[in-house]
Amino acid sequence: MQWWLPVQASTFAPQIDGIFTAILIITGLAFVVVEGGLIWFIFKYRERPGRKAFYTHGNVKAEYIWTAVPAVVMVGLGLTSNHYWNEIKGRNSVPPNAYPIKVHAKQFEWLFTYPGPDRRLGTDDDITEVRNKLHVPVGQPVVLEEESEDVIHSVFVPAFRVKQDAVPGMQIRAWFIPTLIGEYDMGCAELCGMGHYKMHAKVTVQSQADFDAWLAKAAQGDIE
Amino acid sequence: MTTVAATHDVGHGEHAPSGFWRKYIFSTDHKTIGIQFLFLSLFFLLLGGILAMQMRWQLGFPGKPMPGGGILPESMAPGGVILPEYYIQLVTMHGTFMVFFAIMPLLVGVFANFLIPLKLGAHDMAFPRINMASFWFAFAAGMVMLASLFVPEGAARAGWTMYAPLSARPDLSGAELGQKLWSVSIVLLGLSSILGSLNYITTIINNRAPGMTWFRMPLSVWSLFITAILGLLALPVLSGAAIMLLFDQTIGTHFFDPPAGGQPLLWQHLFWFFGHPEVYILILPAMGMVSDIIANGSRKPIFGYHSMVFAIIAIAFLGWIVWGHHMFMSGMNPTLGSSFMISTMVIAVPSAIKTFNWMGTMWRGNLRFHVPMMHAVAFVAMFVIGGLSGIFMAATPVDMHIHDTYFIVAHLHYVLFGGSLFALFGAITYWYPKMFGRMMSERWGKIHFWLTFVFYNLVFFPMHNLGMAGHMRRIYDPTQYDFLKPLQPLNTFISVCAFLLFASQAIFALNFIISLFRGQKAPQNPWLDNGLEWTLPNPAPHGNWAQIPSVYRGPYEFSSPEVEEDYLPQTRKLPTDREPAVLSSGAPS
Repeated sequence: MQWWLPVQASTFAPQIDGIFTAILIITGLAFVVVEGGLIWFIFKYRERPGRKAFYTHGNVKAEYIWTAVPAVVMVGLGLTSNHYWNEIKGRNSVPPNAYPIKVHAKQFEWLFTYPGPDRRLGTDDDITEVRNKLHVPVGQPVVLEEESEDVIHSVFVPAFRVKQDAVPGMQIRAWFIPTLIGEYDMGCAELCGMGHYKMHAKVTVQSQADFDAWLAKAAQGDIE
Repeated sequence: MTTVAATHDVGHGEHAPSGFWRKYIFSTDHKTIGIQFLFLSLFFLLLGGILAMQMRWQLGFPGKPMPGGGILPESMAPGGVILPEYYIQLVTMHGTFMVFFAIMPLLVGVFANFLIPLKLGAHDMAFPRINMASFWFAFAAGMVMLASLFVPEGAARAGWTMYAPLSARPDLSGAELGQKLWSVSIVLLGLSSILGSLNYITTIINNRAPGMTWFRMPLSVWSLFITAILGLLALPVLSGAAIMLLFDQTIGTHFFDPPAGGQPLLWQHLFWFFGHPEVYILILPAMGMVSDIIANGSRKPIFGYHSMVFAIIAIAFLGWIVWGHHMFMSGMNPTLGSSFMISTMVIAVPSAIKTFNWMGTMWRGNLRFHVPMMHAVAFVAMFVIGGLSGIFMAATPVDMHIHDTYFIVAHLHYVLFGGSLFALFGAITYWYPKMFGRMMSERWGKIHFWLTFVFYNLVFFPMHNLGMAGHMRRIYDPTQYDFLKPLQPLNTFISVCAFLLFASQAIFALNFIISLFRGQKAPQNPWLDNGLEWTLPNPAPHGNWAQIPSVYRGPYEFSSPEVEEDYLPQTRKLPTDREPAVLSSGAPS
């Protein structure tokens, strides 16, 4: 389905697509009722000579119904969405064992820093400045620690359904659990200057063993 | 004051200015100012469209020389091939021109000026000279913005939302003078809108004809009243932000520059605190005029008049507490995201009320499909799509995927083009005879409507699919990304339809221009409407009424059993009607 939602490659994808589908059904019903009603009225009540329209100023009962129904549906939808929002973006949602990767954004590239064997950023064994290549192990929670050098950029991996702005002067975290081994695209979603369109990184989801091997090679300076 | 206003002496109705300059250029007549706004904003609508066509060329046929692109300088499109730095100027200026210089002045500058005194029974605006100043500030703002296209390095490059620090730092955006001119122009435009809003509010409160009570006002005037309040409160925030941005750009302040202690999110909060009320400034007047036209076309009173008024007020109020929904992914505290999501969801309720009331108006009507009615019904049909697609992005988790993609582009064009612009085509056709004394061609109006309706949907509906697939906004070349390559045929299709959509607008332009000279002479009340404006000759004279009329009922008494005709003008006195008392706030002028 290339013209629909992309492949699902993180645990967020089925959740978000689920809400998307639920909203699609609700709005689809509303769409059919309104557009169908309009088309029906257009034909049924088109002008006929000698006829006068039905003289009325409204109907309070009908108005109560079409006020109350959308209100209940909307608040319900809001509360459901909020449940997932807290799971995905809530301040305390990041799993404590998440594998940290630093993302340093600048015009117009992504520089990734991987922790070494100690799994902690900011130590001597960090593998720094890996350009435009994000490797992550499958099935493990990963947390991106985003920062920006110049303007606002935005990490966007459609296959993960993950987006998070990187703002200069701020440290912002975004986490996810990749679920599907493969290669995906990462782009910049926030207009960041004339090179915005080519701020492109490759995301590789691999098995833990492959990831460890890649990381070991990267530590030697070989990031291919 | 004990005399009724109908016998009141009129000061400025008596001496219309005679010279060309005072009559057509530096006029204080609200109708002339409205028409000046009309020509100015139609020019910018055309310009915004031309910029959009260039964007669509690049997206549909990336890297290919654009037909006719050879006339552009080397710094924009060498050999007709659009450069990335020119592309982001196109993105920025298309949005800027369309929002600030086309849709907003068309709705407010044109129709608030033109309609408020005519529909309320006033000689003119409360402050005619402030009104003239409002137009000339808008004109100056437009010229500054236009000039920015021609300066070295070109126009502003940070998107119409002008996110800092990209907009504040020329070393990062690559444009210095263009960015500054954007800020200057927006400050001037803000001044124009603030002066205009002040005037509209004062006029509506004070200058209503005897008997024109609040709940006898047409919904067009109600929506313009609420819009003016939004404008008066929102524009100063934008102006303040633009002045701060200008200071960052010129005198070395660092409001938005983090290394020096500034805060980029401050710009976003200020911009969207203005920006979301602005969204309603761009739709409420359209809703009001559509309500007038649908009641007229259905030959039926508007369904649920009072709830329509309260829905307008509710939308305007809620519009102030939803700005954070533009910033769900910005790094703002996610708990704030929760509250902004709920307030945003709640806005669907008054929008639904309006939609169902429009349908209720058409229900059991006697639908007369003149050109304005076709556009008004299309407004409802398209606004619904734009409203429903908004629910997807209001849901924060879904927004994480579709934010800053073409899904948003589809959504906003369904509201601003499918909504506002369709309403405007309808409103221009509807009040054209009042402005120029002639009718626009019915046949060409219908042809224009159908071509626009079809191509419009072919352009913007598939953009939902682009966005779902993850197509980012504002990217110069989508073929850079493997996952977007399969979408390229869709991009090409959209571009071809966009060219046809643009070409179809030539019909409207020609119909508009030719009808000025060759159009059929308008009868006094061409649409058999109840509004006060149709008691005047077409076009209405300077000062409108020699004697202010009295008003006996609301504006939507169509198919009333009290009279044989299917309309009952607000000024027609039936034997059962009592002469209205003079308003306590004082009669007009």
